[in-house]
Amino acid sequence: MKKLLAFIAVIGLGVLIILALDNNYQFPAFGHAYLPSRVSEHYITKGSNVDIIFGQTLNPESGPANIVTSIVVDYRSFDTLGEVTVLFISALGVSLLLGSAVTQKRLELEFKPNFMLRVGSRALFGIIIMTGVYVTLHGHLTPGGGFPGGTMIASAMLLLYLADDQFRAKIKSFKILEGVAGSLYVIIGLIGLIVGTYFLSNFLDNGVVGDLLSSGIIPIVYILIGLKVGSEISGMIDNFLTEEEVK
Amino acid sequence: MTFIDIVMLVVSILLLIIAFLAVSEKKLIKSVIFLSALSMLSVVSFVLMKAPDVALTEAVIGSGLVTSLFVFTLLSIKKEEAK
Repeated sequence: MKKLLAFIAVIGLGVLIILALDNNYQFPAFGHAYLPSRVSEHYITKGSNVDIIFGQTLNPESGPANIVTSIVVDYRSFDTLGEVTVLFISALGVSLLLGSAVTQKRLELEFKPNFMLRVGSRALFGIIIMTGVYVTLHGHLTPGGGFPGGTMIASAMLLLYLADDQFRAKIKSFKILEGVAGSLYVIIGLIGLIVGTYFLSNFLDNGVVGDLLSSGIIPIVYILIGLKVGSEISGMIDNFLTEEEVK
Repeated sequence: MTFIDIVMLVVSILLLIIAFLAVSEKKLIKSVIFLSALSMLSVVSFVLMKAPDVALTEAVIGSGLVTSLFVFTLLSIKKEEAK
């Protein structure tokens, strides 16, 4: 009875929200919003008066063909640095809580991986890691980028942990990789400050929109973010799946 | 009403129902599975709303990583309680 009342309340509220949004003059129909009134027009047109054509336009103000990347890693790259720092702090918190013991061993769970899980995970591991690398490398051309790509690489690691209940990754090298990638991001920003005019400015040539090797430092920064996020979340998974060794 | 509108309507009603089930479910492991289904459906709705970037991130983090971390946490809590 209580459940039924709660369900009716949820459905009622959902309908109310949909109706309130549907008949509101401030909430235009889907696909009919006038974009320059919400996002600065400068970011959409990349500051040029002529149209940006995929595969033809040479050296625009901002290189990436994917407009989300051009905002996230070019115009607002400093925000992304902060985002990476937030992820770093949360990984730090997890490792302080769960991974502070000197010797760690794998968590003993009451489930043993069977034959299908072991073989299937080994087969899928390569495909998932290839997808992760692809998404990271093509971050400036297609949807995706460093964050989803890095997380895909980490979920491939999770699959390896699932497939073998004795497996442990070399977590020390992951920590080193994470530190190096994070520092290189800041160093690239500082080079931009020295060579260009501001922190994280794009000091390389932008090239043709749509080429794999284009848009200056953005692919480099996205590869660094992918490495950092991937190794960070792999370390987090290792912390979750290990426990203190009792002697 | 076009085809996309109908799909969108079905997806949003399912989203509401699964969100309700995830909250009201007594067993935690079932609740986690409903949460995973919720992320998967929201991926569909993000794709329909032409936001592939958000959809990709949600698919990887929401339904892959978070679900598995929740499941492992529940397993280790159960192990602690059995002691």
